[in-house]
Amino acid sequence: MFYREAGDFKTSYIDDNQTFPIKFDRYRYYVVLAVAFGIIPFVMNDYLANALLLPFLIYAIAAIGLNILVGYCGQVSLGTGGFMAVGAYACYKLMTAFPDVSMFIHVILAGGITAIVGVLFGLPSLRIKGFYLAVATLAAQFFLVWLFNRVPWFYNYSASGQINAPERDVFGIVITGPNASAWATYLFCLIFLTICAIIARNLTRGTTGRTWMAIRDMDIAAEIIGVNPLKAKLTAFAVSSFFVGISGALFFSVYLGAVEVGEVFGIQKSFLVLFMIIIGGLGSIFGSFAGAAFLVTLPVVLKVVGADWLGWPTDIVAHLQLVIVGALIIMFLILEPHGLAQLWRLAKEKLRLWPFPH
Amino acid sequence: MKLKLATVALGAALAAGPVMADLVFPSLSYRTGPYAASGIPFADGYADYFTLLNERDGGIGGVPIRVVECETGYNTEKGVECYESTKGEGALLYQPLSTGITYQLIPKTTADGIPMHTMGYGRTSAKNGSVFSHTFNYPANYWDGASGAINYLLEENGGDLSGKKIALVYHNSAYGKEPIRTLEELSKKHGFELVALPVDHPGQEQKSQWLQIRRDRPDFVLMWGWGVMNQVAVQEAANIRYPMENFIGIWWSGSENDVLPAGEAANGYKALTFHNVGSDYPLYDDLQKYVVDSGKAAGAGDQVGSVLYNRGIYAAMLAAEAARKAQEISGNADITAADMRDGMEALEITEARMAELGLPNFGPAFSVSCENHGGDALVGVTQWDAASKTWSMISEFKPTDSDVIGPLIAEDSGNYASENNIEPRC
Repeated sequence: MFYREAGDFKTSYIDDNQTFPIKFDRYRYYVVLAVAFGIIPFVMNDYLANALLLPFLIYAIAAIGLNILVGYCGQVSLGTGGFMAVGAYACYKLMTAFPDVSMFIHVILAGGITAIVGVLFGLPSLRIKGFYLAVATLAAQFFLVWLFNRVPWFYNYSASGQINAPERDVFGIVITGPNASAWATYLFCLIFLTICAIIARNLTRGTTGRTWMAIRDMDIAAEIIGVNPLKAKLTAFAVSSFFVGISGALFFSVYLGAVEVGEVFGIQKSFLVLFMIIIGGLGSIFGSFAGAAFLVTLPVVLKVVGADWLGWPTDIVAHLQLVIVGALIIMFLILEPHGLAQLWRLAKEKLRLWPFPH
Repeated sequence: MKLKLATVALGAALAAGPVMADLVFPSLSYRTGPYAASGIPFADGYADYFTLLNERDGGIGGVPIRVVECETGYNTEKGVECYESTKGEGALLYQPLSTGITYQLIPKTTADGIPMHTMGYGRTSAKNGSVFSHTFNYPANYWDGASGAINYLLEENGGDLSGKKIALVYHNSAYGKEPIRTLEELSKKHGFELVALPVDHPGQEQKSQWLQIRRDRPDFVLMWGWGVMNQVAVQEAANIRYPMENFIGIWWSGSENDVLPAGEAANGYKALTFHNVGSDYPLYDDLQKYVVDSGKAAGAGDQVGSVLYNRGIYAAMLAAEAARKAQEISGNADITAADMRDGMEALEITEARMAELGLPNFGPAFSVSCENHGGDALVGVTQWDAASKTWSMISEFKPTDSDVIGPLIAEDSGNYASENNIEPRC
């Protein structure tokens, strides 16, 4: 009734090719943007920002990045934590070396540096596939964490081996450090997420995305029809690492403020982001958002319900949390192997026919 | 268990009900994960002491105490979430029991005006109170620990360590890296050779480190470990038959949980401490009467009297004394976080006061001032007796090498001040 193509006439190719061809979808998208930019910053507090929204926004960027590599190009990667660490340390070095430059530039440059590192570690993907590539990227993960622990230059020779984000601003508004206000950090991450999502969405709809998907579906066939595997795989690694690097830089500078590489960017982080895209849906930008939202909010919700409302002992809640999250992951994989994005797709199909299902 | 759940639920319901004047002490604990063995006794002790004050005295100065527990799992991200979720409740003092979370919270607590007490952990240079206005680390810190261990070894070896080889087995994190600077300075001063052996989180894999110790045969081994890493290290040391009396852990590596798994083989293992051991104090009679017997003990209630439980008691006791001081200064029973900070800065613990509290000779007397947030840095040594399963003090609380530590603290806090544009306060 509301959700269908009928009656929505397109008179140009540009109209016909837009991201959301259905009117209802398009308005929903504008409403989401309006709420995110226009309303949430005004109801923001420290708890909301640091416990829910910042981690969600930042993990969503990482999930989009990994989804490009794994979901769209079919190259399995377990090095996400390591690449996030590259982004974080690049951002730290830039922040301390050029204190007067805007944080926007630092974060984007950190993403660029991570893209270069990502391409380097993506080179083996030209020769190896599947599980073997996963092992090669796992090596990247451990190597990068070891490197940042080992070489004091990366942490400016600080005694503890930690990196601490100094206070930096954008147009005079403090973004990092303890005096940053919640709405500013939120908007800063939101802008990055919005731009990243739009870029990713359009890349995956265009030629580049199609070559990635061709490689994913059958690399030999893709090569025969004229896709250059070198270019496709390396661009996927570059774009993916760029996004992951941005998320690492934001994770360190805006969200945590102080980072110890082994703990924050360890192998668990790689798995967490991988779970996000598996639960959310491989090969779907919406899936990246849904997966990140699911895995960020679920533990917080369980904690609030268990410890704060029901008053259970904190250790029981923490253990229950592991059990419930684990059970939900298994349930999802059995009931809906294509993730939350597939549920969304099904809902849209149903909506299209509603109220006459036949 | 059911009763306990019911009481906790009732407590939460009461707390969530009308807004009453109460003193909120958040407890960022960890009862799960690889560090739970170390986190549980401390959290239990911390909660039990406040329960005792509530039950026996009706709180501090007539105002009841509310402990808000939040599980961090020794994870910095969860620690930040816990901090944000509890600070709105009127938190007076944070004790995160994690050096990683401490580094995270130093700027945040300073910006929010809430004091933080990192007793024997955290950033060592926070001792310099004129730079770190809201961070306290009395009565002793890691560099005191490093120096205390070397002083003890000097004493044992007739004042000469030249030509000796000392290995440091450390948790490869901000925590474990803390003492390296001091030990390097001390090795220059006393002429011993320092070998640093990092162990990665969580610390179950230590074969290669102990293989190296077996090959190099260092004269002494120091350890900066936590959680499961301690148990594994003691077991590995036993496996290579390293003489236990030459193996000294920091105070975080010297609890019952760390040595019991190795059984007889752990006999003679030593650990530093900044408070006394055992449960032979008048306070424990009250604890038994008001907390344990009435079923109000935190957790499983089986940790009473263990080393880390004692440390939790000690941490809570120092917090309570600071709150009392704050009430005295502000003339207001329902203090704010700012009052609490002033109270901590004016804190003075005397032998007489300790005896009055039912903990005679439990910890050294010390006082805090604007310049010195670190107390008097007195470090003792304890040793494990596997047969009787007890720790006992073998060296009294002694001063550490302030000639070495003082300049290091001035340098490190100076760096922090210039990085963050902090004007020294005093």
